[in-house]
Amino acid sequence: MGRYIIRRLLWVVFLLLVVSAVTFVIFYTLPSGDPAALRAGKSPDPSVIADIRHSLGLDRPVYVQYWLYLKQIVLHFDFGFSYQNSQPVRQQIFERLPATASLAIGAVVVWMLVALPIGVVSAVRSRSIVDRLSMGGALIAISAPVYWLALVALYLFSSDIGVIHIFKGAGSYVPFSDSPSQWFSSLLLPWLVLAASFAAFYARLLRSNLLETLSEDYIRTARAKGLSERTVIWRHAMRSAVTPIVTILGLDIGILLGGTILTETVFNIPGIGRLGYEAIINSDLSVIQGTVLFGAFFIVVANLLVDIAYAFLDPRVTYS
Amino acid sequence: MTPLLEVDQLKVEFSTKDGIVHAVDGVSLHIEQGKTLGLVGESGSGKSVTGLTVMGLTRGRGADIVGEARFDGRDLVSMGSDELRTLRGNDVAMIFQDPLSSLHPYYKIGRQLAEAYRTHHPKASRAEARDRSAEMLDLVGISDARARLDAYPHEFSGGMRQRTMIAMALINEPRLLIADEPTTALDVTVQAQILELISRLQDELGMAVIMITHDLGVVAELADDVAVMYAGRIVEYGPTETIFAAPQHPYTWGLLGSIPRLTTPRDEPLLPIPGRPPSLINRPSGCHFHPRCPYVQPSHREIDPMLEPIPGEPGKVACLLTVEERRALWARLRDGATPDEARAAVLGQVAPA
Repeated sequence: MGRYIIRRLLWVVFLLLVVSAVTFVIFYTLPSGDPAALRAGKSPDPSVIADIRHSLGLDRPVYVQYWLYLKQIVLHFDFGFSYQNSQPVRQQIFERLPATASLAIGAVVVWMLVALPIGVVSAVRSRSIVDRLSMGGALIAISAPVYWLALVALYLFSSDIGVIHIFKGAGSYVPFSDSPSQWFSSLLLPWLVLAASFAAFYARLLRSNLLETLSEDYIRTARAKGLSERTVIWRHAMRSAVTPIVTILGLDIGILLGGTILTETVFNIPGIGRLGYEAIINSDLSVIQGTVLFGAFFIVVANLLVDIAYAFLDPRVTYS
Repeated sequence: MTPLLEVDQLKVEFSTKDGIVHAVDGVSLHIEQGKTLGLVGESGSGKSVTGLTVMGLTRGRGADIVGEARFDGRDLVSMGSDELRTLRGNDVAMIFQDPLSSLHPYYKIGRQLAEAYRTHHPKASRAEARDRSAEMLDLVGISDARARLDAYPHEFSGGMRQRTMIAMALINEPRLLIADEPTTALDVTVQAQILELISRLQDELGMAVIMITHDLGVVAELADDVAVMYAGRIVEYGPTETIFAAPQHPYTWGLLGSIPRLTTPRDEPLLPIPGRPPSLINRPSGCHFHPRCPYVQPSHREIDPMLEPIPGEPGKVACLLTVEERRALWARLRDGATPDEARAAVLGQVAPA
């Protein structure tokens, strides 16, 4: 097990190297703008742009820039600074992480609270009206793009531009440390919107997993023992049915922690996703790099944690 | 002596999108305390569904169940689910064909055994349930039983898993054990051990056993009575000695003719029953066996035979041939005649009518 984890950690480092290199190359072959020109202000003198380019190190060969970038990360955990506002990237990301984490974790809670009962009821009462209605609804929720759903939700239910004033609108985010109640009310609509398609997906997944498990021989054995139907479903069938869901949940959390660009942008939540979005608009390479690396880091680490968790969830799985 | 279990005109039908599956069609059988009943037939003959229905395991699932299954005077078919659950795994237990998939892969053996015990002994402590589980594993011949409680099913061999299943079924000392092809998935050497084990435990615990199998060899060794099933019905039913010495139904003859024996010369081919088991959705008209029967007469395609007592014998049979014809046919088959030769000699027909 220990060896396996070490091997996987080395693999994580390698993957992050590849990700950072790819981002570098993409930015230089397909730049969204000249960072030096953008930083120089309106109608600048070419010599000013050249000066800025020199001071940012942008006049050096790409591989030198990449090497210096890596050296700073490894030696000082320094991700450079923003071309836009000269703030250190590390500081910016850490400042915005709580907003992204609040959005992601809250959405996870919402979608699991919705998906678990719906999935179980749909499987246990499969082909019933309840099952058909919830699976039909799930199909709609999965098909609705999150940015569209977010806009519709804002136009219908937000307290500023909505038809019915129920939820707080875009740009109302308040950090938890400032006011937990306002934090909660400002995130409620984003949570619901972000959770919608996930809830639908997880409900469908749980339903099909549970249906498959319920036809297993060991479920028949559990019934033959005289266990109550509740015990059969919750202790025997669910134990097997949720194992693959835990895997996917881990990966999804990893992906969401890396930034939910669309939801954060529509609701104007100052998270990592929005940071990355603004950096792309402004050709702010070091911030793009930072957010991409962070996203990649969360995904590969989530992957690793899920694989390790599997050995505990399924006794048949061992790593050597 | 009143039977421990008396199944009366049991019918089980499943509605599927292709039509109604007549899985069990009017089965009546009985078994006394301490006795063994062999329920024999091919795949799809309804023998497993009969067993599962007695356990109440076909309920829900779109099954339409009529008839009665009186256990100790109480009807298991009409009984409420909660009441049935108190009997299931307690007074009536079942073991299944595939021990590899019948144990929960994520739970330790000990936990699965203890759960079976504590479900019906709610006052038992964890320690008591664990002791009882170890005792049962020891009883079914698993060495170092206490240490094995902490093993997972995948760490056990197929034979050990079936022993575990037996331990789990017998942990509450049931009065009736339904064994659904308990040895089919196992090696031949292990098969013999498991059958011996069931037989020994039956003597020790005094329980009745319904042995569901397609293997007449198993039945010959263990069963007091045999019911031969075909297409959801019992076609021949009687004491084991009678069924083996003087079988009456052409299907039983076919089953007996298709068993390999050590005494059969090696170059002599086995005689399989031609054709396939019929569809249980669109069953053949008349006698359901007629499309595969070498002795079929034109009227057999029209008339549906009843399971009736055999004159002068203790058993029952559902066959439209006369008892004299059946005796004469079996006499020739027993002496080594092929079905074609027997038919020509007794019925005077070269080809099936």
